[in-house]
Amino acid sequence: MTEQTRIASTFGALKEAGHLAFMPFITAGDPDIDATLSVIRELGTHGVDLIEVGFPYSDPIADGPVIQASYTRALDKGLYVDNIFDGVASLSADELPPLVAMASYALLFRRGVEKFVKQAVESGFAGFIIPDLPVDEAEDAGKIVRANGADLIQLVSPMTPKERAVETLKAASGFVYCISVAGTTGVRDDLPPELTDQLNWLRTQTDVPLAVGFGIKGPEQVDILRDAADGVIVGSAIVRMMEGLGRSPEGDAAVLAKIGTFADSMVQATRKK
Amino acid sequence: MSTEAAPQKATSKVPDASGRFGEFGRRFVPETLMHALEELTREYERAQQDPEFLARLDKLLSTFVGRPNPLYFAERLTEHCGGARIFLKREDLNHTGAHKINNTMGQVLLTQRMGKKRVIAETGAGQHGVATAVACARFGLECVVYMGEEDIRRQKLNVFNMKMMGAEVRGVSSGSRTLRDAINEAMRDWMSTVEHTHYIIGSVVGPHPFPMMVRDFQAIIGRETRKQCLETETRLPDEVIACVGGGSNSAGMFYPFIDDETVALTGVEAGGRGPEPGDHASTLTYGNKGVLHGSYSYVLQDEDGQTQDVHSISAGLDYPGVGPEHSFWKDTGRVNYVSVTDDEALVALQTMAKLEGILPAIESSHAIAHTLKAAKQRSNDEIIVVCLSGRGDKDVYEVARLLGQDLD
Repeated sequence: MTEQTRIASTFGALKEAGHLAFMPFITAGDPDIDATLSVIRELGTHGVDLIEVGFPYSDPIADGPVIQASYTRALDKGLYVDNIFDGVASLSADELPPLVAMASYALLFRRGVEKFVKQAVESGFAGFIIPDLPVDEAEDAGKIVRANGADLIQLVSPMTPKERAVETLKAASGFVYCISVAGTTGVRDDLPPELTDQLNWLRTQTDVPLAVGFGIKGPEQVDILRDAADGVIVGSAIVRMMEGLGRSPEGDAAVLAKIGTFADSMVQATRKK
Repeated sequence: MSTEAAPQKATSKVPDASGRFGEFGRRFVPETLMHALEELTREYERAQQDPEFLARLDKLLSTFVGRPNPLYFAERLTEHCGGARIFLKREDLNHTGAHKINNTMGQVLLTQRMGKKRVIAETGAGQHGVATAVACARFGLECVVYMGEEDIRRQKLNVFNMKMMGAEVRGVSSGSRTLRDAINEAMRDWMSTVEHTHYIIGSVVGPHPFPMMVRDFQAIIGRETRKQCLETETRLPDEVIACVGGGSNSAGMFYPFIDDETVALTGVEAGGRGPEPGDHASTLTYGNKGVLHGSYSYVLQDEDGQTQDVHSISAGLDYPGVGPEHSFWKDTGRVNYVSVTDDEALVALQTMAKLEGILPAIESSHAIAHTLKAAKQRSNDEIIVVCLSGRGDKDVYEVARLLGQDLD
């Protein structure tokens, strides 16, 4: 790695300023791609640091009911991977925060990992989270992603033993996705106390930034993570707000404004105190 | 992952340590499950080396399940076809009426060995759910069975049966509301309970070590068949036939014959209403290589890799994936996979009932339907063994409905 990736430089700048990264997750294509693009623009306007874009998949075993249902809705309306690539390509990705594609390995394998990654990067994605591709199977995909100047994000869970985490960290780049709780995605009331212990230990093992996801619902949980993590990911909470797009009686503008207000509160919470 | 594997010969010496059957199998699961799968693999390997564990399992299989079950010469079916002599491996005579219990007894003993107190399972037709509920009742373990709402409707008898055994049946209303979604839900449960829960998967699917472990527990079908055939007929069969959904009865039946090159092996998939996508569940006949439920195998999927909806008259065969070892056997040419339609299976079910006095499960009727064709192509000094994987009592309401009769 001679040149810094977009994700690495984003985290680098935040660290220098003493901020945490705020990375919202959104489902692509729910209710349609145009709505997804409006949400990406809205989040960009409100100063989020990175955006994770979920590629709907028919059998997402790592996801809880909220994200699962959004995937089903998007696929029922006939969403294809090409629609996501084309939509994202129509944005000016350079002016937006780095976009990270969250996609099942089933989708990458079907298209061919090389082709999928190349098309994704060309359309503006800066990194990949492949939740069902454990580090043991990720060597080839990692090479392809790096060759395209992007990052393949590795995941560590509370169930990951230390020896395994050490191996995972060797392959890590961009940031490490630290899953806060054993289980699927979804909002939870509390974060487990062991989480900070694990983050503190991971910190002694790697310089790659640590971002925490799964179960984070809002600004109130940021302070607990301030000293231990470099970023927070919020998924289901925003996907739930997006359920109103195209459906809410108040109209899309009101839903977007609500998402914007939430993003503001998270951005504020993640800045240096 | 490399997709260009050199042409390979089938062998029984699979999978390797990473769960590869040729190029197929492996582990494509969230990180949260990886450690549990590694632990399970280690514990399973230790159990296989432990004479006490194996003796306990053998005793349960003989005294509780009722093994060995007969290899039965189907005289009238043979006459009817006028070709090869047809033998039935009577898995329908096991306790709970199907082969599924061979696996659940093994896995429940393993659950105990690991000190886990809770078991989860998925079920399609309900046979694996019942076999899991029975095994858990026998050993006093908590049992939760995930079942698609559509299958709950089709298999009321088995649902009630599971509840009688003390199991909780959780309806799954996401996606297609069938077996595939029941597996998704069971995996999600396991993600958050893995420390104290074991997932007894019912077929040779899922991440390593499940395809290997379930095959091994089911291989008693083929081992007994081989032995019985040698004893009574003094030779091996010419052809062995079994139905394939996820592929557990067929994997268990075929595996002990893999290195016997003279024995032809035929897997029969559910051809449903015809070859259009969504009308069948013939994964090996019409599918492509892909990833589903943690394993790399053949999958019925669209051009993006989204799993396709499937149809079969049989709730136990309508699965859009298949065990990775079957994919390995397909690509090596060791097993020939064919497809049988709903109508052919329904005719075979009735033929078997009238000629042999045996009501086969609608799943097993697919294997019988192909046997009726295959026997005619062979001479009367040849032997075909078909796996009668389960009995048909569970299907009577659905069969009556399809034949236009009202039982109520």
